[in-house]
Amino acid sequence: MHIMEGFLPPAHALGWAAVSLPVLAWGLRAMGRTLAAHPERRMLLGVAAAFAFLLSALKLPSVTGSCSHPTGVGLGALLFGPAAMVPVGFVVLLFQALLLAHGGLTTLGANVFSMAIVGPFVSYGVFRAAAALGLSRTVAVFLAACLGDLATYVTTSAQLALAFPDAVGGFTTSFFKFGGIFALTQLPIAVSEGLLTVLVVNAMARFNAHELRALPVMAPRGREGA
Amino acid sequence: MKLRTGLLWAGVILLTVLPLCLVNAPPGSEGLFGGSDDRAQQAIGAIAPHYAPWFAPVFVPASGEIASLLFALQAAIGAGVIGYWLGLSVARERARAQGQTHDPAQQDHRAD
Repeated sequence: MHIMEGFLPPAHALGWAAVSLPVLAWGLRAMGRTLAAHPERRMLLGVAAAFAFLLSALKLPSVTGSCSHPTGVGLGALLFGPAAMVPVGFVVLLFQALLLAHGGLTTLGANVFSMAIVGPFVSYGVFRAAAALGLSRTVAVFLAACLGDLATYVTTSAQLALAFPDAVGGFTTSFFKFGGIFALTQLPIAVSEGLLTVLVVNAMARFNAHELRALPVMAPRGREGA
Repeated sequence: MKLRTGLLWAGVILLTVLPLCLVNAPPGSEGLFGGSDDRAQQAIGAIAPHYAPWFAPVFVPASGEIASLLFALQAAIGAGVIGYWLGLSVARERARAQGQTHDPAQQDHRAD
């Protein structure tokens, strides 16, 4: 989902940065407040950040014959709320832009928007919706991580289609073209991310049951998955 | 629980390995399993052939080896933290289980 350095026209680059920057500032404040009020959550937040670091470094093969990576931000979003994952995603993207020539500084705003904002917010929303529907925790976690991952890549496709509309078909044609590259490739990878997130949440439920229960999102509900 | 964990891992491994086995006809002239980011870059070239990137990366890894070194470093940092947490958790659970088997009266005495 990394839009390469210099591959967004300056107006688009600035626009996405202007959208992402206030959200990042808000995310930093939210994260700071959470840690000040609940220092015992530092460990699990560290694990969630580490999960994003690990997963976004793994480029997995997919059915389309190209490789892409999961994002890993869904886990933290459903544990700590989406705001906390904005700074985490930002750090991952900055690391890759500065040291790996993967993504870029001019496209950082757009990439933060897709991976660190849309992804976590969709994950969080899906998790809440699944919980409201009474689905088990395992199913809710899987759907949240999987769909959040996919949403990131759909967003990237839309961002590129906005910047590079097709000469004939305009935005829609371009969107399907980029979607065919990103979103289609991402399907099995998003499922993998969902499964891996379930594994980590299961481990947390076993080892950190006390801390997990204290998280507002994970508070025990009527129907809890085993 | 153990069985389910095993099945989840099997699912992840299958989803990763199966594409490698099933996809063999190259869809384009390019080699298989390149990055989807690169493919998007080619698509931009096809849609807007005159677009020239206006900014270059500040630092480009000198070779594929250096790039994989840095990617491995990123993954290692993440895996290291997760491993630390898992190790700590298992040890904590074990210590708790051992504490329960001890005579509680004796423990109270020691606490004094």
